[in-house]
Amino acid sequence: MSKDIRIRKGLDINLIGAAEQTTSKAVTSNVYALNLDDFHGITPKMLLKQGEEVKAGEPLFYNKNKEEMHFVSPVSGELVEIVRGARRKILTLKILADKTQDYVINKVPDLDTAEAPAIKNFLLQCGGWPFIKQRPYDVIADPDVTPKAIFISAYATAPLAADVDYVLKDKEQELQVAVTALGKLTPGKVHVSVGRSNRSPFRNINGIELHKVSGPHPAGLVGTQINQIDPVNKGEMVWTISPQDLLILGELLLTGKFNAERTIALAGSVIKSPKYYTTKIGAEISTFLYASGVKEDRFRLINGDVLTGSKTHTEGYLGFYNNTVTAIPEGDDYDFFGWNKPIFNKISNTRALTFSWLMPKKKYDLDTNTNGEHRAFVVTGQYEEVFPMDIYPLQLLKACMVKDLDEMEQLGLYEVAPEDFSLTEFICISKQPHQQIIREGLDLLQKELG
Amino acid sequence: MKEKLHQLKLKYQGKKMAPAFNALHTFLYTPNETTHSGAHVRAADDLKRTMNTVIMALVPCLLFGMFNAGYQHYSAINGFPENFDLFEHFLTWDNFWLGLVTVLPLVIVSYGVGLAIEFLFAVIKGHEVEEGYLVTGMLVPLIVPVDTPLWMLAIAVAFGVVIGKEVFGGTGMNILNPALTIRAFLFFAYPTWMSGDKVWVHGAVERAGTADAISGETVLGFLAQGNASEISYTLSDMFYGFIPGSVGETSKLLILLGALFLIFSKIASWRIMVSAVIGALTMGLIFNGVVEAGWLPEYSKFYELMSFDFWKHLLVGGLAFGIVFMATDPVTGSQTNRGKWFYGFFIGLLSVMIRVFNPGYPEGVFLAILLMNVFAPTIDHYVVRGNIKKRLKRLKTATIYPKTSDEVDSLKTETA
Repeated sequence: MSKDIRIRKGLDINLIGAAEQTTSKAVTSNVYALNLDDFHGITPKMLLKQGEEVKAGEPLFYNKNKEEMHFVSPVSGELVEIVRGARRKILTLKILADKTQDYVINKVPDLDTAEAPAIKNFLLQCGGWPFIKQRPYDVIADPDVTPKAIFISAYATAPLAADVDYVLKDKEQELQVAVTALGKLTPGKVHVSVGRSNRSPFRNINGIELHKVSGPHPAGLVGTQINQIDPVNKGEMVWTISPQDLLILGELLLTGKFNAERTIALAGSVIKSPKYYTTKIGAEISTFLYASGVKEDRFRLINGDVLTGSKTHTEGYLGFYNNTVTAIPEGDDYDFFGWNKPIFNKISNTRALTFSWLMPKKKYDLDTNTNGEHRAFVVTGQYEEVFPMDIYPLQLLKACMVKDLDEMEQLGLYEVAPEDFSLTEFICISKQPHQQIIREGLDLLQKELG
Repeated sequence: MKEKLHQLKLKYQGKKMAPAFNALHTFLYTPNETTHSGAHVRAADDLKRTMNTVIMALVPCLLFGMFNAGYQHYSAINGFPENFDLFEHFLTWDNFWLGLVTVLPLVIVSYGVGLAIEFLFAVIKGHEVEEGYLVTGMLVPLIVPVDTPLWMLAIAVAFGVVIGKEVFGGTGMNILNPALTIRAFLFFAYPTWMSGDKVWVHGAVERAGTADAISGETVLGFLAQGNASEISYTLSDMFYGFIPGSVGETSKLLILLGALFLIFSKIASWRIMVSAVIGALTMGLIFNGVVEAGWLPEYSKFYELMSFDFWKHLLVGGLAFGIVFMATDPVTGSQTNRGKWFYGFFIGLLSVMIRVFNPGYPEGVFLAILLMNVFAPTIDHYVVRGNIKKRLKRLKTATIYPKTSDEVDSLKTETA
């Protein structure tokens, strides 16, 4: 059964440099790295020491607050470096990969008979768990709480994001296994949202509630879909997982092997030939970046899409959750009378001598300039135009800024993740850091009430 | 020049005068700032562009105000032309020149005093100079009588900027519209300069009592005094703006064009404008109804104003200007879309009510907006409450499972 979700409020950000739908195999990386910032709120406890050998799928560290939750190595090799920051906080784990990969083969529970605890334990032990995230708080799911439903968005509307249908092509078997296993973890439904085209591999998968979404970004964000289908209330829990991570879970459940392989999109106006690559979690970005070539020396390299990704550099590594790497020009230049001349080459939600409303299909080459300075909130009513949830965005942001826990809770902070505020941040005239404000609000709420 | 300014910026960085320099620098060049957290790309608009758009919408009103200052002055001396011709009698160099020398000093004083205070506060408090005053500074000369003494204006601007805005923390934090705070200060501190039949025409005050005495009463002034029969202005005079009044408020045509421009560019809220017009018409209709029902004797001092056709209220006084340019101030207005409907409606309603019931001062729009500024947070509070209530209602059917996972299986179908 499928239900249609039409999103009207939003804004599509069309950028130059979408990945062409051909896939190459990236050069094998020498070093792989896990960036621990990817696992928000997790305090790691190392299981291995620097210099020890590790197999692919062997636990590297566990969650201090939940010892069964293991984080495994994407490849086999030697743990060559544990990069630490202030107060010996672990930042990055680097693994020098072996020439031939050696996998840990886990014993797979029989999906036909296995109950929830067995599947849960299997995922926790074998490193599949960190792919599952929860709302509220947008962190790795708490295995002790049963979710009322699980949400999967198989429709990407973010600028230059990898095409989900393309990446999942011919992977029905893995998807089915993963979805079946996840379905046993919740008494509720597994909701999957797909685009309107009929190409999605999810259309033949059993045990899911299929939704067809259409409309501008953020229609593809899972938060938007949750809000439309079954919003999160106080005390409730939902899980989310992205479809490309289902493939890893699927393979883990089929073969017992943690195979960190992933198809990613390399995109952005700086890339000479933007396309898809197969590589592994934690691989050096340079292994595929230079295969496609770059047009200029100075650019912003982003792990993820331009709205929600994290800043990285040419010596950086592919993030744990990312299936897109974007490169766009840096914008650290002045613009003469940039605030009052007519603007044709940038996107805007207003028509104040900005002309992107004339050309909705045009593709733009945006850089990282903020196009103005940081200011107090002044203009009202603009966020609502691109924010499809039944939430007052400005009021929620202000509640987070003044750390008013009651307001944060009442205005719906449980329902959102920072990424849901990426579009309001994009159009913000006062150039306020919305995602950061929401992240800090969520952390505070979790600390005080969670 | 770009390089030189960049070097200067680095030199001033961290110094006390940095905000002052940056204000001038960013006026010339949009800064080289790049994104650090969150979204890596940002939309083209910033606060400067937003404010600039409002100023562009105000410029026609300012130019018209200059011509009208001259036109009213010469017409008061020589009598209104018999066969009015736009180019022969209105858009003339004489009119413009007189307007320029009377109105431009108001603009200069308004901007000069206001921006000086803004810079001062920015340097003392170490924050950037914010753009809020760009619009306020333009609005102020447009909502005062043409002959307002400059020293008076300077004091009022200083009061309005400091008390109306800076004490609350600057742009974005104020409760009352600063331009209207300035207007209210002028009105209550110097009432004789703000109403009567001598202040709307240039030169009328200094000629008072001499043989050359001239005067010009506004339409509302005539009505308030019960002298409706003396109004010589036609409806088209009122619509196009060839009538006495504050500098920028007279031409309803240009205000309408400005409104359309602001709505089209999505800078000002159409909700506030539409609901304010509805509010004004509603109150006008109520008054007309009272008169028609015969509840009001003809000798009542409210009779003329109450029997004034309801839709004509929009054509006279500062109501239209206030609705388009002052009620739509996003900082002091309602911040929720639903709240904007109530906020605007009551501005329109109260403006006409104050107009009719306050014989001392026949224009109520500035008081109505200031009053609704105060109530805007209350309106928003109830609108947001509605959203919160909806969420609480949903909570009753929430599906919450106990935290220990072992118990869950037995509870699979039950809800908490």
